[in-house]
Amino acid sequence: MSLVDQLPLDAIDKSIINAYQDGFPLVSQPYKSIADELSITEDEVIWRLKKLKKNKILSRIGAIITPNTIGVSTLCAVAVPAERLEEIAGTINSYNEVNHNYQRSHRFNLWFVLTAKNEDHLKKILALISQEIGMQIMNLPLQTAYYLNLGFNIE
Amino acid sequence: MKLGNIDKEIIRLTQAGLPLTNKPYLNIAQRLGITESQVLDRVNAMKNSRVIRRIAAVPNHYKIGYVANGMSVWNIPDDKIMDYGKQIGQLSFVSHCYQRPRHPGIWEYNLFAMIHARNRDEVYELAKEIAELLGDDNHGYEILFSKRILKKTGLRI
Repeated sequence: MSLVDQLPLDAIDKSIINAYQDGFPLVSQPYKSIADELSITEDEVIWRLKKLKKNKILSRIGAIITPNTIGVSTLCAVAVPAERLEEIAGTINSYNEVNHNYQRSHRFNLWFVLTAKNEDHLKKILALISQEIGMQIMNLPLQTAYYLNLGFNIE
Repeated sequence: MKLGNIDKEIIRLTQAGLPLTNKPYLNIAQRLGITESQVLDRVNAMKNSRVIRRIAAVPNHYKIGYVANGMSVWNIPDDKIMDYGKQIGQLSFVSHCYQRPRHPGIWEYNLFAMIHARNRDEVYELAKEIAELLGDDNHGYEILFSKRILKKTGLRI
């Protein structure tokens, strides 16, 4: 039995999830338009989406923004000694400009994303963090995005 | 495309999630003091100019069974990266595929592909598929698994 089978999802839930990971209708009544596709009522679509959000099957419903169109961002990596990991992670997280920070299994063990309103601000914050933690930060800005895969299929 | 304040407000309100009401764009319009058709027009314009990549019901990978994800990083000849980037970005198990700069001597990888699977073994297997696709142009790769999420917040504008 796969993990998905243990979820309280029926065929209609699955078709909503599979069909609307892209192309959510951009009309006055989007849930009505989904309802018509699935031959159910608008209220049922809203009820199902609320349920899927509530049990966290859907993380959200909304616009996905292309990176670097609103402000600028970059991926940063630091190779932190194990004994300073908590302290340095805390310092990095204290910056509002940091919106993701992951510990990863690698010599470069901290990976965070910096977002700022412009390139200058980004550079300034990067230098500030580097100075505060006393370590070099590897700056890995996105150069080209190759995405065509728009969603995950559940069976 | 220059983003006006209204556009930013619309993005801020729709990022958090489209309201689950019969007329969600009307709801946003009312909060901003503009008309529903103005909101729809702006969202449409931002989609056409690619500020908005897509409007979607985004599943939680973990909850739908894709509990393992590995950030695979690849060293590919620069003159072929465009071609391979497109091919790898198209694979059903890859969500994000980005070219990023090398840092010679400490970091030779120039392509990042996030692999999603049901477990770690499957992530390793899928990375082998990418390695096969690259053949001799695979000059080395690694998979970095996340050990812990230390911070995760939404987009701020």
